Amino acid sequence: MKRFAFATASSLAVLAASSVMAEPQAEVLHWWTSGGEAKSVAVLQEEFAANGGTWTDMPVAGGGGDAAMTALRARVLAGNAPTAVQLKGPAIQEWYEEGVLADISNVAEAEGWDKVLPASIAAHMKCEGTWCAAPVNVHRVDWIWANADVLAANGIEMPTTWDEFNAAAEKLQAAGVIPLAHGGQAWQDATVFETVVLGLGGPEFYNKALVELDPEALTSDTMVKVFDQMRTLRGFVDENFSGRDWNLATAMVMNGEAAFQIMGDWAKGEFLAAGKEPGKDFLCASTPGDGYLYNVDSFAMFDVEGDDKRAGQELLAKLIVAPKFQEVFNLNKGSIPARTDVSLDKFDMCAKISAEDMATSSENGSLLPSYAHGMALRGAQAGAITDVVTAHFNSDMSSQEAVQQLADAVANSY
Amino acid sequence: MSEWLENHLPKVVLAPSFIAVLIFVYGFIGWTAWVSLTRSKLLPKYEIKGFVQYERLFDSPRWDTAINNLYIFGALFIVIAMVLGLALAILLDQKIRVEGFIRTIYLYPMALSMIVTGTAWKWILNPGLGIESTVRGWGFENFTFDWLVNPDFAIYTIVMAAVWQSSGFVMALFLAGLRSVDGEIIKAAQVDGIPTWRIYTAIIIPSMAPIFLSAFIVLAHLAIKSFDLVIALTGGGPGYATDLPATYMYAMAFSRGDIGQAAASAMIMMLVVFAIVVPYLYSELRAKND
Repeated sequence: MKRFAFATASSLAVLAASSVMAEPQAEVLHWWTSGGEAKSVAVLQEEFAANGGTWTDMPVAGGGGDAAMTALRARVLAGNAPTAVQLKGPAIQEWYEEGVLADISNVAEAEGWDKVLPASIAAHMKCEGTWCAAPVNVHRVDWIWANADVLAANGIEMPTTWDEFNAAAEKLQAAGVIPLAHGGQAWQDATVFETVVLGLGGPEFYNKALVELDPEALTSDTMVKVFDQMRTLRGFVDENFSGRDWNLATAMVMNGEAAFQIMGDWAKGEFLAAGKEPGKDFLCASTPGDGYLYNVDSFAMFDVEGDDKRAGQELLAKLIVAPKFQEVFNLNKGSIPARTDVSLDKFDMCAKISAEDMATSSENGSLLPSYAHGMALRGAQAGAITDVVTAHFNSDMSSQEAVQQLADAVANSY
Repeated sequence: MSEWLENHLPKVVLAPSFIAVLIFVYGFIGWTAWVSLTRSKLLPKYEIKGFVQYERLFDSPRWDTAINNLYIFGALFIVIAMVLGLALAILLDQKIRVEGFIRTIYLYPMALSMIVTGTAWKWILNPGLGIESTVRGWGFENFTFDWLVNPDFAIYTIVMAAVWQSSGFVMALFLAGLRSVDGEIIKAAQVDGIPTWRIYTAIIIPSMAPIFLSAFIVLAHLAIKSFDLVIALTGGGPGYATDLPATYMYAMAFSRGDIGQAAASAMIMMLVVFAIVVPYLYSELRAKND
């Protein structure tokens, strides 16, 4: 009882103090709760505190963010939104349309975000012209990882076209190595699918099919070829792939059981954590074809009341995009900084390739959002496509049938 | 005053829970029905747009799979669990030794959560870890048992795990039923020289009709709301081959921000439950009125 009284009194005191001084306050909803990710958030938390702010952490783990989104929905409906929420891609626009996002343009303009962020990534952070979110990192999705020893032993180079990949895979299969380490979960099927769309169709086709959802592109011959290639890839996967987690597939490449894995650069974290060296033990290259698929994590800023919260929001936005945090966070997480003017000296060779490719692809317009990781499409449309992709990959559905179902599913998802 | 209290005490005590049920069960059923008629996406909207969500639902191949799976899973699960439960109960009823011990063994799976059952069976059925690799390890190189990763058979693995979990409970229900049959009738039949199997099929089992109904209702609602078992055992895969309406609803509401669609699927699930429960309630109420 005594302790309770003390706690109440002290919290009242804190409340009284904060209302007088308007010290920056931020309540941050995120789902970075596992090892390296939690460490990365802690960096931000410390910096926020060092700048005189009070950080209220609201981590909601589970379901790849599903649980956090449920919590967010409840908070918004109750009219008590958190200051900043880990959100990305079109989800930011969706929440903006509900009329609950804040405008942080004054911070963005003061800090010159427009000059340091690639244009297509900056576009995700803007809601009808005003800035409403701050980008944290850039994950590249279209990576192919390989075990260097296995490739050398079989005399195989990193493939640069899908035909080369198929030839290499057949050779590996004959030698008794699993060519492609893959986990049979819908999002992993979708990840492979989008890299094949980009590789076989090119950036323009990718944009038409998976960003604009043009029905003609979805039912085109190119898309039929994409599904043919998916069927071929199915033959390069081991029997036991159903339901396997992505990091177990990475482990198969690591210990030489399998040769390749197609996965975003979070897979690099697994290799590095196991003490493997890029370029020596494992190889990284973009998947066959041109272009760059990005998956950008960001914090969307929600409308909050009170000067202390507004101040906290602005401080948070400033710190997130500042070079120092971008460097430290991304070294921890395995991704690359969203801003292009951060020194990459401390990053490994894969990150350097990623940053270089991001710059060139940004210039020639092939810097594209990943559909499989919720950057290109809204949940309902992306989910509809994933349903077809995973149904095709896990059955004997013909490519023609898959293409037809794809168009139907997209039309039915609005 | 005290007399008034005495007369109205039951009503006063029941009122809070009555109101809570009214709001939190029937109120929210009404709310879901409303939302299922709207174009709600990320957040619920209240502008009625007709039956568009139901049209989308019935156009969706994934929902087709989910409903078909519910029929397959529901029918097999209920029938096998009842047959197995009844057989176990009859065998246990033969006045054997250590009956209490054996009964506990069969009942224990019920104490596990579905998540534990699902995970354990996932390992047992995984071709690379479980039965298949073990039997191959014994030298039978051609042995295949890959139902878990085969889209055409994966739904049957869910039936297996669910039956394993629930048949002990059904056994306990039937055992109680068997014990409640009047011993005098059975003795009379035995005196008349009727064979044991005839006593079971003609006298004991027909007199247990209410137990069958209870077992059916319990199993049917377990089948319709099955969710955790699928998530733990197959995650709805391979592809979406083992999706059930409950997992479909979850995916729409929480992963895809398609609340209208989720509400429509929830309403259909409720109608399926009603189709089973209403005849049961009707027969119960009629029996009381007679």
